[in-house]
Amino acid sequence: MTDVLPAGERRQLAPPVDDTGVLGWARRNLFSSWGNGITTVVLIVAIGWLLSGFLKWAVFDAVFSAATGAECRGHGACWALINEKYRYIFMGSFPYEQHWRPLFAIIAMLAMLILSSDRRMWNKRLIAIWGIGSFVTFLLMFGQIHIPLSLILFVALAAGGLGMILRGAIATAGEINGWRALAAIGAVGLILRVVGVLPAWSLAIAPLSYVETGLWGGLPVTMILATYGLLFAFPFGILLALGRRSNLPLIKGLCVGFIELIRGVPLISLLIMASVMLPLFLPSGMSIDKFLRAQVAVILFAGAYIAEIVRGGLQSLPKGQFEAADAMGLNYVQKTTLIILPQALRVVIPPLINTFIGFFKDTSLVLIIGIFDFLNTANQALVDPNWAGFPGEVYLFAAFIYFIFCYSMSRYSKHLEIELNKGTRR
Amino acid sequence: MATATQTKSDLSHAPSVITLKGVNKWFGQFHVLSDINLEVKLGEKIVVCGPSGSGKSTLIRCINRLEEHQQGDIVVDGVTLSNDVKNIEAIRREVGMVFQSFNLFPHLTILENLTLAPIWVKKLPKREAEEVAMNLLTRVRIPEQALKYPGQLSGGQQQRVAIARALCMRPKIMLFDEPTSALDPEMVKEVLDVMIELAREGMTMICVTHEMGFARAVADRVIFMDRGEIVEQNEPEEFFAHPKNERTKTFLGQILHH
Repeated sequence: MTDVLPAGERRQLAPPVDDTGVLGWARRNLFSSWGNGITTVVLIVAIGWLLSGFLKWAVFDAVFSAATGAECRGHGACWALINEKYRYIFMGSFPYEQHWRPLFAIIAMLAMLILSSDRRMWNKRLIAIWGIGSFVTFLLMFGQIHIPLSLILFVALAAGGLGMILRGAIATAGEINGWRALAAIGAVGLILRVVGVLPAWSLAIAPLSYVETGLWGGLPVTMILATYGLLFAFPFGILLALGRRSNLPLIKGLCVGFIELIRGVPLISLLIMASVMLPLFLPSGMSIDKFLRAQVAVILFAGAYIAEIVRGGLQSLPKGQFEAADAMGLNYVQKTTLIILPQALRVVIPPLINTFIGFFKDTSLVLIIGIFDFLNTANQALVDPNWAGFPGEVYLFAAFIYFIFCYSMSRYSKHLEIELNKGTRR
Repeated sequence: MATATQTKSDLSHAPSVITLKGVNKWFGQFHVLSDINLEVKLGEKIVVCGPSGSGKSTLIRCINRLEEHQQGDIVVDGVTLSNDVKNIEAIRREVGMVFQSFNLFPHLTILENLTLAPIWVKKLPKREAEEVAMNLLTRVRIPEQALKYPGQLSGGQQQRVAIARALCMRPKIMLFDEPTSALDPEMVKEVLDVMIELAREGMTMICVTHEMGFARAVADRVIFMDRGEIVEQNEPEEFFAHPKNERTKTFLGQILHH
């Protein structure tokens, strides 16, 4: 390169240095200049120092089994505490010898969630999966389920009505008559029940001992609050978002009012209101289960947030999509479910999953009204005087479990985005 | 109506399918349609032209109630447009519309775009709807694109799909709102060819367009609009050869001589 070039000739450069392979990558990304090189070295040393300190504490000097916390003193992390308390952290005050029940409830819920994450399952099968799975989950948790006759009749009426509306456009006459019959049985039965012709009978399914919600705790509580909270909040939020865009002033006003009211207060205050104030308004003798109240509060709260996200998606659609659907003669329900929502929801997957992750963690606020969710049972595990003084281990463990759930959701969101945009990308 | 293969038909005895009587519409203070009277006969092909903002798009969008008019009556296929939703949906089943920006549904395949309305609105069995759709895709010469998504097609192909989608409902009337304005020049012809074919088959058409070649070839009547009024209307030969109104002359001068 030091040759003197004849006038008018361009200096020929050497071919670029090899930048493939590990060395090439490091040269390009870590040591491309003196400044970068020094920064890299300093950071590697700092990270190594921190990591070695952490590993020394968490692995090499750690105590994995001990009779009491005293044996951990002077050593590293006291994982013996987790070893000792993990049953309580995961299951709470659920009767000890019955712990297999919440365990299988967790497995049932995980199975439902994993099955629903596959897009090929997004059809009628999903309703069956969630119906059966939820029944199994709650039967395991409660041990006994009593279904009042009026509820069975109401479900028949609702299912028949929904079937008539949703399938009305495409079903055969026979199927429609089936839905009509179902709705009619439900309606007539309900009237007879109200008048008093039918007795106050209820269907008892009681294979196990009854465990009240006050004894529930740990991971199943967090999973139920989050899963069913979001499961109901999602359609509720969509309805709120659609209502907010309605042309009818009353519906629009109600939706806007609800959303702004809920968004304007902290979840904790809503939980406390549901737990302390609601019983004051209810007639004496009537009580709603504390767990159910917390669940409803989560649904209302998440619903308002989801509504605003979905509204963003609705607004991002070009006006032409609405016009094309109108011009084809689709009615409002068809236009919304076939054209508008599939596109609007696709757009808002990232913020939606972000909210889901947020709410999964926010369920831990129920500890304020004395419900033992996963974080609260972890907290309670510290109260034992024999094992006092190791909050770091317990919270690190709890954080790890939360992270597994939240990170899975985050990865799934990424996967879903790619999956749903496959065909529509140019 | 005379034979279906003939472009210009004898319409003197044809019944009228669209009647507009004293239609007025305002956007806020702006008078977009002022006292429009128009009668369209079954099988008639009308081309509406005029400068931008003259109300021509609004006029055809009022016919299927994408826009609401404030005064006057619009009767489509014997049904008077009112606020009754059933009424509006009934009219929209009979009136197909093609938009300037195609407005295909990007999350559905071409075939699904075509079969959606027949299945959900007309309650056609899926297989039958797909058969109709494939026939129409063949007619607009893109059957091989059936399983692709709109985003994978060119503008001209998308617009032909949009025409096929409207035809899937077997409408009596087709409305075209500047169907070639958003297309690259080399794609205009493929869309116009499909429209000319459709005209030859006897479809009742109202086209808002500046394609004067198309107007000459198929229109029974050319309507010139300006400032919300129908300024002049005539058979295409007369209209282009001897425009009567000054505004028409100016407009034709602007678009015909470049």
